Amino acid sequence: MIGNLDTAILQQLWWLLVSVVGSLFLFMTFVQGGQTLLWQVAKSDIEKNLVINSLGRKWELTFTTLVLLGGALFAAFPKFYATSFGGAYWVWILILFTFVVQAVSYEFRRKPGNLFGAATYEVFLFINGAIGILLIGAAVGTFFTGSNFTLDTFNRVTWTNPLRGLEAAFNLFNLAMGLFLVFNARTLGAMFLVNNIDCTDVPELERRLRKSCLLSFLCALPFLVIILAYFMFWDGFGVDKDGVVVMVHQKYFISLMENLWLAGMLLLGLVLVILGVFLTSCKTSKAGIWFGGLGTVFVGLVVFFLAGYFDTSFYPSKADPQSSLTIFNASSSHFTLTAMTYVAMVIPLVLAYIAHVWYHMGKLSVADVQDEESY
Amino acid sequence: MDGVSLATVDWARYQFALTAMYHWLFVPITLGLSFLCAFFETIYVRTGKEEWKNTAKFWMTLFGINFAVGVATGIIMEFEFGTNWSNYSWMVGDIFGAPLAIEGIVAFFLEATFFAVMFFGWNRVSKGFHLFSTWMVAIGSNLSALWILVANGWMQYPIGMKFNPDTVRYEMQNFWDVLFSPVAMAKFTHTTSTSFIVGSLFVISVSSWYLLKGRHLDMARKSILVASVFGLVSTVYAGITGDESAYVNAQTQPMKLAAYEGLYQGEKNAGIVAFGIINRDKKPGDGQEPFVVSIKIPFILGMMSSRGFGNFLPGIDDLVFGNSGQGILPAADKIARGKEAIADLTAYKEAKKAGNEAAAAEALTKFTGNQPFMGYGYLEKPEDIVPPIALTFYSFHIMVYLGILFLFVFIVFLRGATKNTLMGSQFRLAVGFVSFFLAMIASQAGWIVAEVGRQPWAIQDMLPVGAATTNIGAGSVQTTFFLFLVIFTALLIAEIGIMTKQIQRGPEGV
Repeated sequence: MIGNLDTAILQQLWWLLVSVVGSLFLFMTFVQGGQTLLWQVAKSDIEKNLVINSLGRKWELTFTTLVLLGGALFAAFPKFYATSFGGAYWVWILILFTFVVQAVSYEFRRKPGNLFGAATYEVFLFINGAIGILLIGAAVGTFFTGSNFTLDTFNRVTWTNPLRGLEAAFNLFNLAMGLFLVFNARTLGAMFLVNNIDCTDVPELERRLRKSCLLSFLCALPFLVIILAYFMFWDGFGVDKDGVVVMVHQKYFISLMENLWLAGMLLLGLVLVILGVFLTSCKTSKAGIWFGGLGTVFVGLVVFFLAGYFDTSFYPSKADPQSSLTIFNASSSHFTLTAMTYVAMVIPLVLAYIAHVWYHMGKLSVADVQDEESY
Repeated sequence: MDGVSLATVDWARYQFALTAMYHWLFVPITLGLSFLCAFFETIYVRTGKEEWKNTAKFWMTLFGINFAVGVATGIIMEFEFGTNWSNYSWMVGDIFGAPLAIEGIVAFFLEATFFAVMFFGWNRVSKGFHLFSTWMVAIGSNLSALWILVANGWMQYPIGMKFNPDTVRYEMQNFWDVLFSPVAMAKFTHTTSTSFIVGSLFVISVSSWYLLKGRHLDMARKSILVASVFGLVSTVYAGITGDESAYVNAQTQPMKLAAYEGLYQGEKNAGIVAFGIINRDKKPGDGQEPFVVSIKIPFILGMMSSRGFGNFLPGIDDLVFGNSGQGILPAADKIARGKEAIADLTAYKEAKKAGNEAAAAEALTKFTGNQPFMGYGYLEKPEDIVPPIALTFYSFHIMVYLGILFLFVFIVFLRGATKNTLMGSQFRLAVGFVSFFLAMIASQAGWIVAEVGRQPWAIQDMLPVGAATTNIGAGSVQTTFFLFLVIFTALLIAEIGIMTKQIQRGPEGV
């Protein structure tokens, strides 16, 4: 059945799947956002333990979503995997470092004999939440601003900037993308913690969380404006009908205007995030995370769609535009895309058991973090 | 590969070896201990006895500490294929990426989701659902091993694919061939069964320490009983799968087999070297004796490698210099044909670009004849196909000796646990304590055999490591090598510190 589909359909389907996983990852960065909020919202050990344990029951899902995103890109768009990871070496290595130190921090932080003391592991969590997400945002930014690479006839990558990817962080748009993600993650982190922690015994924590949700969102706004302005006014890497990459004036704005459903989705996503912030910061609702989360997923989808669809190069090269990657020239073969599509059919089952466990693990209260088994 | 220095290739190899070896300090414990935790909890649910619950919880605590570092060191492995082996990622990503993605979808989420229930769900979910979650963590961990070992098995024995000259990469033709390749199956069964041994010896080691100290006697005995049964069954199975691994090596990677057996001159009914000290001056084809001292058992290697009598087993010299009587091409011929293949492929691509279809067709025909040797075209001289012999040989023999030792350890501990005589011998307990560390050595040695033994190939006969790397300065890779070294060592020290404290503290209520 799937084997009869055109390669182009499968390529677009897999970009959709990558976009969904990528957008879910952006939602799940509430873990990283929460990590950066730790010192700001938690003033006592009990409060700290509540925050850490609440995030600690979810961090692996975020981590695994990132790993799956990497795996999906490898399987479906191996040329991107080879070009970006090998080329922008330093930016990816640094991102990975921040996730390496995150992976041990929850488990090790309060355990006796942990060598470095609890504060070090809290710093590790902060680094992951701040630097890790900033660099991921900058890397996503290069989907629009382009990178410095060339590919030879054997598709081997040569990176033309000695900073090997770190140069991405010195571009205004990429930086805005990174900082927006950092502050959006903090906004979501506050929403999640309000939702997940039973604050009956720690009302001050709840007050600080609700306040920092609004504050983080306000900090995210200027960067959002820069991103939207870029989409409105700047040129983008288009692909003509012969596969030649050309700069198109207001490329992304045109894509939005020609596909009003996409502009609508962007607007809906932003409205949902604002609603989430409103419910969390101005009301006593605990449901903000669901609106903020869904809104982030919608905005994420629009960003990925703008990069990959509508005759656009999703990983453009500034150094040699004709080396730019599109979802059509960077993908796996028809056979592999077909096989992977069959495998992807288990994803709803995976989402179902994650939702089931999430529901059954319930809320976290002060009593839950007082035994030695907690993080 | 053009433009990539040898130093870059070597540092990329060191970095991969470093990260893989660190990762493998934690993974076998996870694979084995996850099932042991599931066994302990199953006994608790079936008997309702609290001491089994406390036993399960104690081992889960140690499991969790170990698991965290396993995850930390694991994420590097996946992305390193891209960062340091980008040409590899492009050349075979069409095949190799799939098992990695499947690992994420079907295995990692099982682990990640049910891990939280296993640790924090005792009072939140029903007893049955908690037990289910513990089993899901064990199954998820081992499913993850399946997919990554399918990927590794494919590197050892590439199958189910075809080279596409237009995209300059290999493309998958048959998913089931990749999944059920005999090498992949041998890798999966041998790696998991030996990891069960490591997990079991971890439990026996810690429990022996308690018995030596006279603490937590009941829990230690119970743990030893379960671990020695699991370990014994796993050791027998590891023996069978080890034999299968040697057999598939003979069929698919004869050079690796020759290296770990120290076999230079091919022969029929070859004997196996039970013990040997390698002659360090020995070079392929120089006529010197391969061993300074050796004890050989006749016929066994020939039987193991072919499952019959009278079959020729090629040695290192046959594979390097060829053996016309046995139909083995000299490596020099393969290298020459490989270089022709690369030149013809380049000519094909240039002709295509210039729109010269006739020249393209001619180049393609020539290329197709030599394409199976293309990987050899990146090598310089015939001896390049020989892996480091001494390291492979000694690692293999240490692994086998220790495997045999573990069989006796499990028998002795099972006997002691069933007859309740464990406390009778301090020596036995001391051996039990040490055995876990020996298991780590054996497990690492096994991977050295598998990975060093297949050098210079990233993908057997298809892509040597020199052509698989990223075009990046050696300095960058050198820097990241030391960054990984420092951070992984720091995490390892912290992990050992925490583990030791938890063991000293011991379980509650047992």
